[in-house]
Amino acid sequence: MNHQRSPAPEPTTRPLQRIPMRRSPLRIARTLLVSQYALMVEFRAEIVLWALSGVMPLLMYAVWSGAPAGAAAGVNPQQFARYFLAALVARQFTVVWVIYAFEEDNLLGRLSPLLLQPLPLAWRYWAAHLAEQATRLPLVAAMVLLFVAAVPAAAPPLDPMRLLLALLALHLGFCLNFLMQYAITMLCFWNERVSALERLQAIPQLFLSGLLAPLELFPEPLRAVALHTPFPAIIYLPAQLAAGGPIAIGPAFLNLFGWLALLLPLNLLLWRAGVRRYAALGA
Amino acid sequence: MMDRRRGLGRYGLSLLRFWSVSLAAQMEYQLNLIIEVVASIATLAGGLFTLSLFYAHGQRLGGWSWEEALVVLGLSTFLDGFSSTLLRPNLGELVKQVQNGSLDFVLLKPIDSQFWVSLRNWSPWGMPEMALGFGLVLVGLVRSGARPGPGGVLAALLLWACGVAILYSLWFILAATSIWFVKVWNATEVLRSLVGVGRYPISAYPPALRLLFTAVVPIAFLTNVPAEALLGRTTPFWCAASAGLALVALICSRLLWRMALRHYTSASS
Repeated sequence: MNHQRSPAPEPTTRPLQRIPMRRSPLRIARTLLVSQYALMVEFRAEIVLWALSGVMPLLMYAVWSGAPAGAAAGVNPQQFARYFLAALVARQFTVVWVIYAFEEDNLLGRLSPLLLQPLPLAWRYWAAHLAEQATRLPLVAAMVLLFVAAVPAAAPPLDPMRLLLALLALHLGFCLNFLMQYAITMLCFWNERVSALERLQAIPQLFLSGLLAPLELFPEPLRAVALHTPFPAIIYLPAQLAAGGPIAIGPAFLNLFGWLALLLPLNLLLWRAGVRRYAALGA
Repeated sequence: MMDRRRGLGRYGLSLLRFWSVSLAAQMEYQLNLIIEVVASIATLAGGLFTLSLFYAHGQRLGGWSWEEALVVLGLSTFLDGFSSTLLRPNLGELVKQVQNGSLDFVLLKPIDSQFWVSLRNWSPWGMPEMALGFGLVLVGLVRSGARPGPGGVLAALLLWACGVAILYSLWFILAATSIWFVKVWNATEVLRSLVGVGRYPISAYPPALRLLFTAVVPIAFLTNVPAEALLGRTTPFWCAASAGLALVALICSRLLWRMALRHYTSASS
């Protein structure tokens, strides 16, 4: 809430007091998050349906728990249950849709007023994603409780250290996914329809992130390759941390930070070049 | 234009015009063809890879061999392609038309409105996926050594058509509910992820889910029942059940559409 009003012009001889121009980043963040949350709550029915469409890991659990191949690879049913429950949660909190929001804003001409604001656009979309995740929270909690009630073995082991790491990995995985999609989104400045390109990124992500099977089931050369792509950081790393499964934590985080370090400057570069191009188009 | 033709001829001619217009419109985005071909191949490769994980140690999945499971995956890929060719361009549009009120203009046209909203658009970009799915079915059939006779092929084609009809009805029923709920686009997303269930033999799921996907949400009839027929091991019971279900589903979609139109109050009222 903004309690600070701009001072009304007073009929005194006092020189007009200037509004303090320094805005605290904390206040900007709070305002952004609160307003985006209010927006998202309006769409809660849609978000429920959307969350339901993310039940893929549960279906994969159903197939894997009965498949003889899982037992032959040395993964027991409890590990599958824990892994896929964690993967379900990871999926719900790493989903990114910035490209569709941006494409629509661009096509409908809503972008120009937004670009005038003294805040890089990425923060607005990022806040919208966080707000949407907050709207999902009760729903995901209900899904987890239901699943644990049906399959008690799925309850994650209570290892506070690993759960904390999992939370950290979850948020960083979301940021990585966001930066990946935002880099493609920036190409919107050159071509209005880039969501087709996003599909080409989403396909390897679906198969290599660990959503359909934990990566230790992959055959060897492919597993090593997959672990060097950014995709496992989005599902496999947080899920395996929470599920207490076997994972080389150090190298996985190193890979995650490496990709973040690559994508962050790339995004800045594309944003700067894109905005300059947008100005040229509008002029 | 005063076209005095009546009956099916008029519908055939309209369909021809609809599709040539939408083809011309889609040809503006030729780069899409390359992207769609690459995406279809990548999706199929990923699907094959995930399926192969279940056979890494030479086991069977729900009693199905690798080659037999390929037939199921092929049918599922074909249906995905069919969805992007006809269902998404039309029934996705329907949701938008209800939102912005242009459904009014459709209802005024002198042609059956369900025909119009279901078949007005046609997108060529799902064709590569349909072709790949069809190819995979053939590969699976040849490699599994199944030799269905002419009767078997006929039954399989009939069941395949029933599967397509059931999928269309499910989509249509969901899209038609947008007349009441306006925003149901995400509901079709839920349906899409449910159809993903049909990538694997239904017998690979636990019994409770098997029952759910056969009796409640008829996913089994989309891919599994036709695949069994192609492999020459279907029974008259399943043929009859599939045909009956397809008929009931189509009738339901028709009834629901009529009921929805009675409740339709245009965008501003």
